[in-house]
Amino acid sequence: MDIKYREAFTKGIIKENPTLRLVLGTCPTLAITTAAINGLGMGAAATFVLVCSNIVISLMRKMIPDKVRLPAFIVIIAGFTTIVQMIVKAYTPSIDKALGIYLPLIVVNCIILGRAEAYASKNSVGLSALDGLGMGAGFTAALILMGGIREFLGKGTIFNWPDGGLIPPITIFVLPAGGFFVFGILIWLTNRLSVKLDDDASRREASANVCAACPSAALCHQGTENSIAGLADAAITEKEADTNE
Amino acid sequence: MENPLVITSSPHLHCGMSTKGIMLDVLIALSPAAVASVLLFGWRAAAVIIVSVASCVTSEYLSRIVLKRPQSVGDLSAVVTGVLLAFNLPVSIPLWQAAIGGVVAIVVVKQKFGGLGFNFVNPALVGRIVMMSSFPKEMDNWVLPLLGSAADAKTGATPLYTLSQGAETTYNLKDLFLGIRPGCLGETCVLALLLGGIYLVIRRVISPTIPLVYIGTVFIMTWLLGSDPVVHILSGGLMLVAIFMATDYTTSPINTAGRVVFAVGCGLLTVLIRRFGSLPEGVSFSVVIMNILVPLIERATRPLPFGEKRRLKHE
Repeated sequence: MDIKYREAFTKGIIKENPTLRLVLGTCPTLAITTAAINGLGMGAAATFVLVCSNIVISLMRKMIPDKVRLPAFIVIIAGFTTIVQMIVKAYTPSIDKALGIYLPLIVVNCIILGRAEAYASKNSVGLSALDGLGMGAGFTAALILMGGIREFLGKGTIFNWPDGGLIPPITIFVLPAGGFFVFGILIWLTNRLSVKLDDDASRREASANVCAACPSAALCHQGTENSIAGLADAAITEKEADTNE
Repeated sequence: MENPLVITSSPHLHCGMSTKGIMLDVLIALSPAAVASVLLFGWRAAAVIIVSVASCVTSEYLSRIVLKRPQSVGDLSAVVTGVLLAFNLPVSIPLWQAAIGGVVAIVVVKQKFGGLGFNFVNPALVGRIVMMSSFPKEMDNWVLPLLGSAADAKTGATPLYTLSQGAETTYNLKDLFLGIRPGCLGETCVLALLLGGIYLVIRRVISPTIPLVYIGTVFIMTWLLGSDPVVHILSGGLMLVAIFMATDYTTSPINTAGRVVFAVGCGLLTVLIRRFGSLPEGVSFSVVIMNILVPLIERATRPLPFGEKRRLKHE
């Protein structure tokens, strides 16, 4: 039970990172990540909407008729987006200005509707809230990372500090083309990282399972973790060698 | 990379051409323009070329190691890319910026798509375009050649810039032909570029189709639009790009019909950008755009096998 809750939260950060692994919500990602502070603002706003709408949709999941579920989800999401928009306008007008049209457009952000449809409408309130929080954290982290890279290389600053910039700016990084470069490279790195994590996990699992299922496990003295892991390693390198050819 | 795949039965003749040999020929063909650039713009031109080549070769070497692929730095293709990139830069470019251009050309455009033969656009041209959007000020700083002017390192407008402002160019044709005008390192001396081009055609490294059709299209189009066609074909990067970059094997069509379509497209886009676009010169963008269209051109110009009837459209 404990693991289930932890998994609901952590999967959004790397394994199912909404922007970098599921490639959802790319429109705000590419548009607003010209500065790290925009990424933080956008990520926080989207996380708020995501958590709240996940909770409400999960609460109402048995009441909403299946045929009209999408309009119902959108109405709930739109309600929370309006709240967040008013809050941002009132307290941080500079972020409101930087995010522009992308703040109200959280309504149609694929991540939020996607989580409502795929998760909140099928799971309990607690799990849905954690899922929203994890996905929001993953989204925010990706936006800050991307905004930080683009801001540092394109303007030479880190969170708008210092005024003159630390390095001479390479303007292309704050232009749309640079956004695609950075986005592509981050997706590549996250995929590599995720595949590696998966590999490690499944290898551990495989080596444990192989011996447990083997009838001669008790008699066999070679079934140590190392030798099996070594075999798995050899098999994987062989596979890689094949694909390379 | 000495051809790992050899499937053979009958005795075949090998023409003796190798990637390395071709690249060496291209480098020989580029050398007159390199000498001209040093004569025209001084020793800093040599420094820019060396930095650009070093950056390209290092990027190639390191990315092959990181990607765990067989080392390909020996085929000299990175050296060619480096020289071509340097030829597309102004002499006053800060050297670290030239190095960044080399990294972009090799890592982003070439190696990430699989290395030599897999890049879908010309690496050196994209390196230049990325630098144009990254360092707009430094990439638009034109210096008059040392020859023919008393003061050194004087800035001046390029002939195409003057033309795009609607004024008559002040350079006479002889100066344009010899390269005594502001411009990128390797693009100004038309004489040296033509020598290199003729060498490549004689050595059968390139076929003359693309350069002739490309330059011819620009000539005819500018003439039809009422500009001076001779000034247009002698200015800007047209000669350099038409001879050395539009003819890149990977990014140009394989048969003559396709090459004609490709070169006409390059020529039309170049004239349209020069005449109606906001930039004075458009050769890099036109060639890159046509590079992207090459797979479609290939499909449209695929030759019919001998003896096969052309299929009816209804089928």
